[in-house]
Amino acid sequence: MLDCAMTVNNLEDIKRVLETVLLASSQPLTLGELKRVFADELHNDLLRRALEELRQEWQGRGVELALVADGWRFQTRPAFQVYLDRLNPEKPPKYSRAVLETLSIIAYRQPVTRGDIEEIRGVTVNSQTIKSLEERGWIEVVGHRDVPGRPALLATTRQFLSDLGLRALSELPPLPEVAKESLFAEVADTP
Amino acid sequence: MTGSVQLEIATAEPIPRARVMGEDWLDLPQDLYIPPDALEIILDAFEGPLDLLLWLIRRNNINVLDIPMADLTKQYIDYVETMRRHRLELAAEYLVMAAMLIEIKSRMLLPRPEKAEEGEEHDPRSELVRRLLEYEQMKLAADNLDKVPRLERDFERVTIYLDQLANKRLPEVGIDDLMAAWTELLKRASLHSHHRIGRQELSVREHMSRILKQLREQGQVLFTSLFSREAGKPELVVTFLALLELTRERLIDLFQAEPFAPIHARLRHDSQ
Repeated sequence: MLDCAMTVNNLEDIKRVLETVLLASSQPLTLGELKRVFADELHNDLLRRALEELRQEWQGRGVELALVADGWRFQTRPAFQVYLDRLNPEKPPKYSRAVLETLSIIAYRQPVTRGDIEEIRGVTVNSQTIKSLEERGWIEVVGHRDVPGRPALLATTRQFLSDLGLRALSELPPLPEVAKESLFAEVADTP
Repeated sequence: MTGSVQLEIATAEPIPRARVMGEDWLDLPQDLYIPPDALEIILDAFEGPLDLLLWLIRRNNINVLDIPMADLTKQYIDYVETMRRHRLELAAEYLVMAAMLIEIKSRMLLPRPEKAEEGEEHDPRSELVRRLLEYEQMKLAADNLDKVPRLERDFERVTIYLDQLANKRLPEVGIDDLMAAWTELLKRASLHSHHRIGRQELSVREHMSRILKQLREQGQVLFTSLFSREAGKPELVVTFLALLELTRERLIDLFQAEPFAPIHARLRHDSQ
């Protein structure tokens, strides 16, 4: 039995504690936060090993242990979403193309100003678009460009990565190649 | 080559794209001209002039740069007239694009100056191409990004319900707190019942009779002598109440010779 007086000194105990803490947490927990729950100072490598083994143990279940930008968390596997949706039929609203295009410009070209986004999309950026992404906690102002008007520079947040199950920006889908030739073959060919 | 024929597009999509004045629009516009009535709806289907231009190029394999500029210009001028009455800001971006296309066209018609130095020849279309490519890349990237499994849409975080997850942290109550509260309650109850001991069978009326009898036998007596020494507080109170009652009913008189002199009691004469 695990009790308060337990000395956590073997891997199994550590795994049980990590499992409990992670399941009981509403937020992803970083390695540092996980470390704090133990009375004894545990080595990072030991914690990582325990987490990795724990992840293995949850293989083949509807719930998985995942490492995202904000840390470790338990989450359901996408394959089971269809069942969860039946339990709670209220679907989250879909994002419009304007929102998604704005988001991807910020994600891939960050930090960018509204002007940069408008330049790429060829249309005015709707304030509501920016606001909805900010409210979702996916983008934030990280500074101001040193030009007249000092426009805000927008970037994606860690929560954005976590919500997409990613650890870093480098894990974003690679930018698609676009075929320039088919677009304006003439331009390339013009001497 | 001139491109007037190239604008004819064969799109056969059974799904109506839009409804304008009761009519289904099966096809997206076949050139940059959009009937004014359909403008708002059609433009909603596109994310702007770059998107529209891309669609025209990709889907229909037309060479946008060979569009007959005279027709196009006329159509866009008609726009301005209509949009002045509706939503000019929506058309503005499309007008800018039309202007850009016209500018490119006119530049290409002009004889090119001899290239004196090295350096690549500047094609007036290159800036448009660059923007179209960049936009297309971001558009595809947005599609890809949308396909990435997303929290709350494609999967959920898993959390055991804990009290501390509730927004408001409510006070905690332990078994010790309950014990303490119960003990306190018992203590107070016992105090309360102690007070109730005062409800002895003491009747004000009974004492009134006793006092009247005493006064009849003894005549005038000292106020204090009406109270028996052995009586407890409750009895003293009842005796006092009886005296007050007797006075009120004008059966006895309470009097004193002067301020602070001993009080005496006696029967009223007319009550005898």
